[in-house]
Amino acid sequence: MSGHDQIERVGVAPTPEFPIPDPGLEEHNPRWSDVDPAAGRRAYAQVVGMLAAVPILAITFVVIYFAVPRDMYVKLGPLHANAQHVGLGLTGGLGVLLIGLACIHWAKQIMGDEESIDYRHPARSSDADRAAVAAEFRKGVEQSGLSRRGLIGASLAGALGIVAVPAVVLLADMGVWPTKGKRAVTIETTIWAEGVRIVNDVDFKPIKAADMEIGQLVNGEPKSLKEFEGSLQATERAKAAIIVVRMDPQSIKIPDSRKDWQVSGILCYSKICTHVGCPISLWEQQTHHLLCPCHQSTFDLGESGIVVFGPAARSLPQLPITVDKDGYLVARQGFTVPVGPSYFERDSRHDFQKGDN
Amino acid sequence: MAKPVGIAGSSEALEAKRPGDVESSAPKPAKGNVLTWADDRLGLAAIGKSNLRKVFPDHWSFLLGEIALYSFIVLLLTGVFLTIWFKPSMAETEYHGAYQLLRGLPMSEAFASTLTLSFDIRGGLLVRQVHHWAAMLFVAAAFVHMLRIFFTGAFRKPREINWLIGVGLMSLTMIEGFAGYSLPDDLLSGTGLRFVDGLVRSIPVIGTWAEFFVFGGEFPGTLIIPRLYMVHILLVPGILLGLISAHLALVVYHKHTQYPGPGRTEHNVVGYPLFPVYMAKAGGFFFVVFGITVLMGAFMTINPVWKFGPYNPSQVTAGSQPDWYMGWVEGAIRIVPNWEWHLGATTWSWNIFLPGVGLMGLLFTGLGVWPFVEQWITGDKSEHHLLDRPRNAATRTALGVAGMTWYAMFWIAGGNDIIATKFHVSLNAVTYVMRVAVFVAPVIAYIIAKRTALSLQRSDHARVLHGSETGIIHRSPDGSYSEAHAPITTDEAFTLTQHKQLPLALEDEGLDVNGIPTGQSVSKLRSRLSHWFMGDDIAKPTPEEIEEAHHHAGHALTEGHDDGHGAVDDADELSEITSR
Repeated sequence: MSGHDQIERVGVAPTPEFPIPDPGLEEHNPRWSDVDPAAGRRAYAQVVGMLAAVPILAITFVVIYFAVPRDMYVKLGPLHANAQHVGLGLTGGLGVLLIGLACIHWAKQIMGDEESIDYRHPARSSDADRAAVAAEFRKGVEQSGLSRRGLIGASLAGALGIVAVPAVVLLADMGVWPTKGKRAVTIETTIWAEGVRIVNDVDFKPIKAADMEIGQLVNGEPKSLKEFEGSLQATERAKAAIIVVRMDPQSIKIPDSRKDWQVSGILCYSKICTHVGCPISLWEQQTHHLLCPCHQSTFDLGESGIVVFGPAARSLPQLPITVDKDGYLVARQGFTVPVGPSYFERDSRHDFQKGDN
Repeated sequence: MAKPVGIAGSSEALEAKRPGDVESSAPKPAKGNVLTWADDRLGLAAIGKSNLRKVFPDHWSFLLGEIALYSFIVLLLTGVFLTIWFKPSMAETEYHGAYQLLRGLPMSEAFASTLTLSFDIRGGLLVRQVHHWAAMLFVAAAFVHMLRIFFTGAFRKPREINWLIGVGLMSLTMIEGFAGYSLPDDLLSGTGLRFVDGLVRSIPVIGTWAEFFVFGGEFPGTLIIPRLYMVHILLVPGILLGLISAHLALVVYHKHTQYPGPGRTEHNVVGYPLFPVYMAKAGGFFFVVFGITVLMGAFMTINPVWKFGPYNPSQVTAGSQPDWYMGWVEGAIRIVPNWEWHLGATTWSWNIFLPGVGLMGLLFTGLGVWPFVEQWITGDKSEHHLLDRPRNAATRTALGVAGMTWYAMFWIAGGNDIIATKFHVSLNAVTYVMRVAVFVAPVIAYIIAKRTALSLQRSDHARVLHGSETGIIHRSPDGSYSEAHAPITTDEAFTLTQHKQLPLALEDEGLDVNGIPTGQSVSKLRSRLSHWFMGDDIAKPTPEEIEEAHHHAGHALTEGHDDGHGAVDDADELSEITSR
């Protein structure tokens, strides 16, 4: 049928808003399952068949739950998995899925598919309703006495407002207050101090300067970390973690102010990124660069830990070290600046910058 | 008095016991069944009368929001099971469960109970993975649903408030997902928490205080996991439930939008009734979503925390990635230059605050205000229930595509290390390229999308006037070639021409000839924005143009001669060719 004929059939004149007038709902096309009894019976059987499979799957699920041992595994091509886990998931998932597929198949193939029309109402209320509500509201205001004794309203609003203050104040103890004094003993300090031995962070063995080879990197912690328990240890560990590297002294720049912070090319830096605090761990031996795996800030350990790439803005704090009488690495003093990510009250004027000496 | 529901037939046995209970003239209420009992107490029939057969339109894109809703229900169901076993505690314990590789290691109760849930509880790993997959699906479906709403203009009056609720749902969903991701206290989630610690700290002026209040002191402390647990299983889901209920109630009140088509108007809704069709379809779809998430949980490993091990603040794995929906923030954090101010004794970490807090604020604020901005630009205060075909709102579509591209660039930047290692390119080069791409790619995408939409408008225009291309090339006696066009149906022609084209706002000082304000001033800015927004649209064909084109085609049809018009062909020959 050409467009021309249909326009004439509807008989509404075109307008600029609707250059093709609305032809009305399209004619209903019967489905195969409506016109062919065999197709209808097939759809019926499919729906019932899917639903009939669900009890079988459910019972299998229960059997698997009780009968399959916890430590049995299945291997199917790339799949190597716990048999019970896969069995439960497969039977449970398929069972639930089949209920859904059966219902949708029922709706699409068997339920009547004549489209119907609802009419919309505007979202707004009618003018009469609005006027009626306004009148009722005025009556209520009158009844409340607020129009003559307005102070009640104002004082109620004030009272309700002020009770928010105690409610908010209740939250004041959610955390320790980071006042200047509190900051000085928490985020601005670590347990590194003069004479604290540097130990390997896995086996907690002290590190002998003579055992470090050029190019080697060791993840270190202070020996005193073991004195802390549980969460206190985690808190201290989160700040005190360090990296110990030995580089060829000829290939690195050591500023005059840090001449005695190292032991023949062995240098120590905070392992905590100055960006958002990830432990930095990717070491490029040849370039002396240390890359943070979280956001790729890169620091040059051969030049006092300055930032050479990435979003970090401050150099890695360096830990001044020396050796004790037995030849083991120890801290010469604590960190000279706070380690870890920036915070508002941090005085960042003392960090090492490129060009400092 | 309750209204009769008339579903079950009346029972004579019951009727005999209550003679004269009903007026004889009124239709007899159904008796003795559960519905009558309930209706006597709840008045259900009145609600059912208006809603049981409520019509919903049918379209695949309307399923996107449903997927989000059903994933949320799956999350509630599986989440309840997980809470039976999970211990939200950072107290240290030694692991002695079934997973041999971690036996004897000190770890938090949270991580140990996650391992127990995964290896010792029958079906525990399945439920955990279903929960995680459903969460991925929930966020993804909500995002795509939001894009559908945006591109079809479904946020327009009267649905602006529902759009705002949706934006609120979206932001809460991200918090909810992140809180859940952090709970197991494995190495990856602990690294995520460490990042949040740095992010909170970076807030100017109040950052340190916010950090100490959130973590209950210094990072990591012992409080953050119990607190996140409360946020994850009570606070945010509670608000989500309330907002989702409001979201759906408004859909019912406004009635669903529908795509344009024959018989579809701004004043009706065409589709299938809630009972029985949508109850079966939508109810069935819930089971489909549930079933698929269960199968995903069975066959696809997600978040194998046993491989990462317990959190240790001095360790991290390379290639650490957040869940996908935080990837764009992660990307922004990675590519932002290292801007930091050191003013006096203070530090202002713009390198973290801007991409972290600022970018999320920008996205959600931008989404929230858009319906109002668009309404102001177009000056269109009418109700809209027919959806826009995206091409007919070319500038909005282009903006949406630019926004998606912008998001995608940040998201790609969130994997800059993966890209560098997989494609053997320099990490630094990837980062520099992405710094440029987040600005340039959206502009290119905007231009391409806008030109594409306008081309589609032109194509619609041509299709209405000249019909569809048949692919049959006709050579005339004088050697010229033309393609035969077949007329399209009126149904299609109506669909292609029904959209509203608003007049452009022309600059108007709002003064009449005597200099008296008319109250209808149009600022220069609004006028320019109006031209930007709608000025390039292709005017739809006028009735005269259509008449002319049809006349032309009809002429050719009846006379059967070639008048040299390339788009019209000899219909007799056309039918002859097609019938062979």
